Amino acid sequence: MPDLKEEEIPLAGGEARAEETRKRRMTVNMGPQHPSTHGVLRVVVDLDGEVITQAAPDIGYLHTGIEKQCEAINWHQVVTLTDRVDYLANLSNNLVYALAVEKLIGDIEIPPKAQWMRVMLAELQRLSSHLVWLGTHALDLGAMSMLFYCFREREELLRIFEMFSGQRMMTSYIRPGGLALEPPRGWHQRVKKFADIFPSRIDEYETLLENNPIWLKRTRGVGYISVEDMLTEGITGPMLRGAGVAWDIRKSEPYSSYEKFDFQIATRTGNDVYSRYQVRMEEMRQSTRIIQQALDGMPEGPWKADAPKLTLPDREKMKTQMEALIYHFKIVTEGVRVPAGEVYQAVESPRGEIAYYVVSDGTSKPYRVYMRTPSFGNVQALGTLLKGRLLSDSIAAMGSMDFVLGDVDR
Amino acid sequence: MNFLLLTLIKVALVAAVFLTALAYLQWIERKVLAHIQLRPGPYRVGPHGLLQPLADVIKLVTKEGFIPSHVNKFFYVLAPFVAVALALTTISVLPFGPEIQVFGIHTWMQLTDLKIGVLFVLAVSAVSVYGVALAGWASNNKYSLLGGLRSSAQMVSYELPYAVAIAAPLLLLNTLSFREIVNAQAGFYFGFIPRWSVFQLPFPQIFSFVLFLIAGFAETNRIPFDLPEAENELVAGYHTEYSSMKFAAFFMAEYANMITVALVATLLFLGGWHPPLPGAISNYIPTAVLVLVAAICFYHGAQPYRKWDRFTFPIAGVISLLLAGLFLVPLVQPILMPLFWFVAKAGLLLFIFIWVRGTLPRFRYDQLMHFAWTFLFPVAILNLLVTGLLVALFPK
Repeated sequence: MPDLKEEEIPLAGGEARAEETRKRRMTVNMGPQHPSTHGVLRVVVDLDGEVITQAAPDIGYLHTGIEKQCEAINWHQVVTLTDRVDYLANLSNNLVYALAVEKLIGDIEIPPKAQWMRVMLAELQRLSSHLVWLGTHALDLGAMSMLFYCFREREELLRIFEMFSGQRMMTSYIRPGGLALEPPRGWHQRVKKFADIFPSRIDEYETLLENNPIWLKRTRGVGYISVEDMLTEGITGPMLRGAGVAWDIRKSEPYSSYEKFDFQIATRTGNDVYSRYQVRMEEMRQSTRIIQQALDGMPEGPWKADAPKLTLPDREKMKTQMEALIYHFKIVTEGVRVPAGEVYQAVESPRGEIAYYVVSDGTSKPYRVYMRTPSFGNVQALGTLLKGRLLSDSIAAMGSMDFVLGDVDR
Repeated sequence: MNFLLLTLIKVALVAAVFLTALAYLQWIERKVLAHIQLRPGPYRVGPHGLLQPLADVIKLVTKEGFIPSHVNKFFYVLAPFVAVALALTTISVLPFGPEIQVFGIHTWMQLTDLKIGVLFVLAVSAVSVYGVALAGWASNNKYSLLGGLRSSAQMVSYELPYAVAIAAPLLLLNTLSFREIVNAQAGFYFGFIPRWSVFQLPFPQIFSFVLFLIAGFAETNRIPFDLPEAENELVAGYHTEYSSMKFAAFFMAEYANMITVALVATLLFLGGWHPPLPGAISNYIPTAVLVLVAAICFYHGAQPYRKWDRFTFPIAGVISLLLAGLFLVPLVQPILMPLFWFVAKAGLLLFIFIWVRGTLPRFRYDQLMHFAWTFLFPVAILNLLVTGLLVALFPK
């Protein structure tokens, strides 16, 4: 179809009929405060009866100016802001920022223990994020108990996060140069316990949903968008993999020694809400596998790089060595100096490809931190996804995109 | 005079019990749902949240009855009253037990027995769609309108399988009066299979029962058919613009309809107040159940999980024991036994209503209509035809 506006499409029956059709239309504002949008997305929906003729997402209600704020604070402080971009995948954001800064600095070796920890944390984060998605998605489609089952497991994950960082959500744990702290004693056992029990919990969720005829009816064939459209609109993550494209940064451009782990990219070919559901369920299983591997083969050694100009020195060293004290003073008062240059670093967040484009002018503050966030790309597809579908489908389709408004507006 | 006084007493009694049951059904629903969902449910007001319904009522009654400026005032106010009045009307023709004797007076545990009781129930439930449709239209709100439209279409569509599902057991029982319907289900085959409609020869009405329950879910707008108030798409559906007592009216109507469907199903299919076991054994079942409940209460009271459990559980246990004793008193046994079986059966059905809500997702609007017209209705008709054929071939 040529690129016509809705009003210009010629209708059989001439002007009178067209006028009548326009009169029958109803414009409904879904959001910014609406039970289904999970945040403050506003979707302007044109309805003909219950059929959506046009849907336009309207973003910006959660704009925080994080990107701009990054330019006013020093390199280490930015970590706390990256937590708040995608607040359901804060560790992935920490990770991508840390990787970007390390790339800028160049000659820095992250010890294997820190790398493996980073992988494990990113995967735990993926589980936590997917659990929120599954619970809310099922709740949107009427299966309200799923929310509580999913949050039972997420609660345990948040406790695990709290254990190593003192915070449930805004962990700020992955820092340029390694990790913020050494994980506490007993933490690995706790993760182990969780990873052992979690596959059976996934089975439990699938018992409720996988073959439920109502669930199948609500999700199969809903929310189709062609692969070409996905690629033009920059959609990544489970949505793309649900259309059969095996695109996963963890495999295609491995970072943080992901290449040493054995896992598969979850793909389905249905290109609908159900496929995305299956992809995410499979991803949860694969993430659990990665966590198990990371636990079994966790290397010994330091948890941060030996880079005195980037990472804070140990407490003991500060009391015995003069240089350590000087470095500590310099880092805390004026911040880290990062060599001038620009880098683009991408990682696979639970929602898709998250990338930071970081520019440094050699001072102790970033010149620019641009965030290429997956939710922004995914929300763009909303209009295409909803057009011609029923109002009820909009809930299923929006749920399958799994966007976080903080990630869209940043 | 005697008749008038007796009727007034019965009306007051039924109204009081029914309205309390409504409020507590909501408490039970919240509790059962909460336990399905791994949470304790209402817990603050009274022991185990037992006074929560009272708190809800007080809150809703004392709230400002706000009427938005953009509504059609007359119909906006009328709609909730239509809904609740019709929902409460049905109870007047439903019997709860057999003829009993209190202080030498013989009376039926029923307000009135219409010769066309079943038709009356159907008629009232058909009219009750007006409450929802009016609310949706008069609210002058897009979400309400969509909710009202969906609900009207849904209730009108499911009215048909609902009615046809009722018609099949009526062929077996050969009457339209609820009193006669229950009487026709008395007795046992081979001394142990009850002659309830679901088991009655020549054609047990199991299909009909299931169809009736499915249509009943749709009639009462419960999950998986709760589209009119599909929270995540239509905010609150047709009652988006309602608050305070007017909202409470819709809420009451919904729960009253739920109880009505459960009671009608019990009367039509599950033999009303007739016990499931022959002989005197059935008279001891309630006592046994209550003693078991008391034992569980005492056990948990002895091993308290929370500190006040040491008091609440034994008290509940003592109450259960007293009730268990009450069921053995010869004077009240003929009144309590039928009531027990009636409430037990209806309660089981209501539990299924809540259980389903905790388990299933929601249908889509077009799938719902498709389901009604291409599956439910033809199957109901087929069931009716087979029943009719068999009843004609094997007359009683």
